[in-house]
Amino acid sequence: MKQYYEFKPLNVGRWLVWSLFALVLLVAPLVFSSNLSVTMLTQMGIAIIACLSYNILLGQGGMLSFGHAVYTGLGSYLAIHALNWVSGGGWPIPVSLIPLVGGLAGLFFAVLFGYVTTKKAGTPFAMITLGMAELVFAMSLMFSEFFGGEAGVSGNRVVGEPFMGISFGPPVQVYYLIAVYTFVCVALMFAFTRTPLGRILNAVRDNPERVEFIGYNTQKVRYLAFMIAGFFAGIAGGLGAINFEIVTAEVVGAARSGGYLLFTFLGGATFFFGPIIGGVLMVLAAVLLSELTKAWLLYLGLVFLFMVMYAPGGIASLIMMNLRVASFGRLREVWVAYLALGVTALVVLLGAGSMVEMIYHLKLDAAMGDELRYLGMTLHPSQVSSWFGAVFVTLTGLGIFELARRQFLQQWSAIQTDIEKEIKRRETQ
Amino acid sequence: MSTVTNAPAAPHDPSMSHVHAGGYALELRDLRKSFGKTEIIRGVQLAVRPGERVAIIGPNGAGKSTLFNLISGRFEPSSGEVILNGTRIDGKKPFEINRLGLSRSFQITNIFPKLSVFENLRCGVLWSLGYKYTLFRFLADLRDANDRAEELMKMIRLDKKRDTLAMNLTYAEQRALEIGITIAGGANVILLDEPTAGMSKSETSRFIDLIREVTVGKTLLTVEHDMGVVFGLADKIAVVVYGEVIAFDTPEAVRANPKVQEAYLGSVLADQQAAEAGH
Amino acid sequence: MEFFIISMLNGVSYGLLLFMLSSGLTLIFSMMGVLNFAHASFYMVGAYIGYSVSQLVGFWPALVVAPLVVGLLGALFERLTLRKVHKFGHVPELLVTFGLSYIVLELVQLIWGRTAVEFPPADVLRGPAFTLVHHANDSLEFVLGVAAQGVCSAERVVCTPFPATRAFMMLVALLMLVALWLLLTRTRIGLVIQASLTHPEMVESLGHNVPRVLMLVFGAGTGLAGLAGVIGGSTFVTEPNMAATVGSVIFVVVVVGGMGSLSGAFLASLLIGVLQTFAVGLDHSFISVAQQMGLQLSEAALNNSVLKLTLSQVAPILPYLFLVLILIFRPKGLLGTREG
Repeated sequence: MKQYYEFKPLNVGRWLVWSLFALVLLVAPLVFSSNLSVTMLTQMGIAIIACLSYNILLGQGGMLSFGHAVYTGLGSYLAIHALNWVSGGGWPIPVSLIPLVGGLAGLFFAVLFGYVTTKKAGTPFAMITLGMAELVFAMSLMFSEFFGGEAGVSGNRVVGEPFMGISFGPPVQVYYLIAVYTFVCVALMFAFTRTPLGRILNAVRDNPERVEFIGYNTQKVRYLAFMIAGFFAGIAGGLGAINFEIVTAEVVGAARSGGYLLFTFLGGATFFFGPIIGGVLMVLAAVLLSELTKAWLLYLGLVFLFMVMYAPGGIASLIMMNLRVASFGRLREVWVAYLALGVTALVVLLGAGSMVEMIYHLKLDAAMGDELRYLGMTLHPSQVSSWFGAVFVTLTGLGIFELARRQFLQQWSAIQTDIEKEIKRRETQ
Repeated sequence: MSTVTNAPAAPHDPSMSHVHAGGYALELRDLRKSFGKTEIIRGVQLAVRPGERVAIIGPNGAGKSTLFNLISGRFEPSSGEVILNGTRIDGKKPFEINRLGLSRSFQITNIFPKLSVFENLRCGVLWSLGYKYTLFRFLADLRDANDRAEELMKMIRLDKKRDTLAMNLTYAEQRALEIGITIAGGANVILLDEPTAGMSKSETSRFIDLIREVTVGKTLLTVEHDMGVVFGLADKIAVVVYGEVIAFDTPEAVRANPKVQEAYLGSVLADQQAAEAGH
Repeated sequence: MEFFIISMLNGVSYGLLLFMLSSGLTLIFSMMGVLNFAHASFYMVGAYIGYSVSQLVGFWPALVVAPLVVGLLGALFERLTLRKVHKFGHVPELLVTFGLSYIVLELVQLIWGRTAVEFPPADVLRGPAFTLVHHANDSLEFVLGVAAQGVCSAERVVCTPFPATRAFMMLVALLMLVALWLLLTRTRIGLVIQASLTHPEMVESLGHNVPRVLMLVFGAGTGLAGLAGVIGGSTFVTEPNMAATVGSVIFVVVVVGGMGSLSGAFLASLLIGVLQTFAVGLDHSFISVAQQMGLQLSEAALNNSVLKLTLSQVAPILPYLFLVLILIFRPKGLLGTREG
């Protein structure tokens, strides 16, 4: 039996959620007003659109793509060329419409590449997207007029007369432009899930063969979804071009494609709002985590691995599971178990993290001396004492975590059984 | 090659006067299929009238499911023709065949596990109501699709489980949903592949009633192993042995057919007679 | 003439290396339905472990030890991680190997550093296997090993050596191919593997331990990758980027050859290996060819960056172009039998 909370189709609930979303978008830069924060918020908006567009393929269509950055990237490139064209006086469109150029570019390339790409499904499809991504990336190093070679293509978003004081010079103005696009795109992509094509796409994900037997051409459905995902990906790329004012070959690279996959999955591919969480995490990891520790890619890989093994529905599914328990009034029973789980997990992570950091320090920063600042403590990677402490903390933490986990699982399973009984009871009324 | 076909009724029979030669709902002409060097279907001839209920029986491995796969477009025939309502459909893709009015269910339940019962049925009706690849209308606004899905739910008696995810239904409920999706599009030729497989006796008889109800007026072909079901549901029986149709006639005629007795029913009937004689 | 022969041999040896990798990948895919995204990562680990072992005890022990260690690591990974996600389906399995590729890359860079390391081949393999001597009188002479003193420095004599490492690569690959074929068709374990391919439950009910067979297969596949790593790493370069460069090519090989087909992978590996090797060696561009043919080109054409591209510059994308062509004209792959 599924373990998620269900939103009943209450219009009030819907309006509330969307208004809240709009409010958060409006107010965020006022609350987090430092320059760094505003930049991050801007990037989050872009990442949200990119990850949601990726999830049209992954979560809604069951299509695992390793090359989504091709469409965001090509959208960026065309957008920045358009921007330069506007700056040069060749095209009198406002800067705020440039992302649409990106969107159309994404759509165009999705139409072009998508036909061949969607000929297959499942694992072959994934491999084809990988091959296509490598193709485009390799081409980016060859055609330097379009791709700008090593230096990339730069642009200037402050162009023409400021309209009502908006010149898109200050970061805050760029943020609000992106916020508007984010809101509209999220709304559109959500609406898509409620159309016939959106639903049939889900059916294709669940059972592609059966779909043929209810009258639909499965390949055409996938191709159309690919185009729609490409369009929104292009918009994200166009917004990126405006924000950074430079586009380099890495925007179509494998690392970026991998990032979309990783974070969309982490956020949760099975719920609509999962990729929103994923997009936010993507920016936090790339900007903050990478500053905090050199081992961030390793941590990311490990977190991803654990997610796939133990929580394949992502963070969104974890939230929804707990919401369901809460709706049956049983959440407060587990809070002690959760606390125990959380504390012991933290201990283990701190211990393991300190070991990883010490290894990294030994390998990369050894020239900087034997002191490593870790969460306010000073560790000495070349001394046995630090290692002993780290290993001790990790192992004890692991032991107690295992105990806490078993206790939690017992309680959780009991609650789930009760809830299922309750649901069955309600059904037969 | 076997040439057993449904002999047209005598010209003076008033009930058959509307049927002219070629007015078959489904016709198979010298249908053959080989996988590598092995010929599985060896020249099948079959002609089914509109509204007929045909049960396809035969020993395991005779090629019954393969026949269904050939008709519904899952496999392409090696040679021969499949004609649906006068149009050739061999070589066509499954979705093309479905759009021409043929629908099928599967031996292993083939539903949309992560969609609710209601959504499953609604998906089944969308194309037939003309909604195709629309993305400019909301599902909630499609009155006819929603009404038809509700209607279907009631027909297959799953209206109490409207929002339950298909993967959480019981086996029998899933089979019912399978039938629901199959008839959702309004196809007039329905293929059911072992619909009662894995069901208990009581479930089976209820299920057969359901099938009878929901396929009123449609042409029905079922692959079945349960003889009780076959003799209760079918107007005609086609016996398939080693990729050929060795008999196609009313249940009584088939029962009495010596070839059928020899190839298929033989040992069962002989045992029965021996047991009866012993008392 | 020498160019053709040497390039052909180079192409075939590179193709055989690709086959060593893609055969393991195909085996794992055929057996388990899992496409091991981290396959090239195991290749890289093989190269690095080979490097470390050869630093300690020499090249030949490394050739034996490294594949075993990599195979063991692969089997361990299967046991601990892959087996757990098996019940979720093929996509999570692919994702798990995807995550592993990130982790392996970071760990390799952590242990061995972010720059390339010197992994020299065994002493006996350092010279040329043979040399083609193009004499002044235009005759071609085949000399085993290095040409005689002074021959190559003579007037109008061109010597083209063929590296022993390449020859060794071909030898190992062919031996491996034969061993694999014998294993699958002649031994009992091979029969069990072939049966598990299509009827795992049946095989299990006959008393064979299918999960263990799968673990063995995964270990064997990754071990092969490790072997390829030792050879590739010592012949070419051992650096953190080596997984990425060869990784996407072997996936192309597997799709082009037809997913699940060993013979298809063999054919595709050779084709792509030869194609790319020839392309890299050819410095002709559209413009240069046209000029050689005596065609007059306009100013604009001469400056066109696309036409200016030489074949060697285009070489990196050739496998992917090949992929696109195959998908359009023969989607099942060259020798594909199984629809993915």
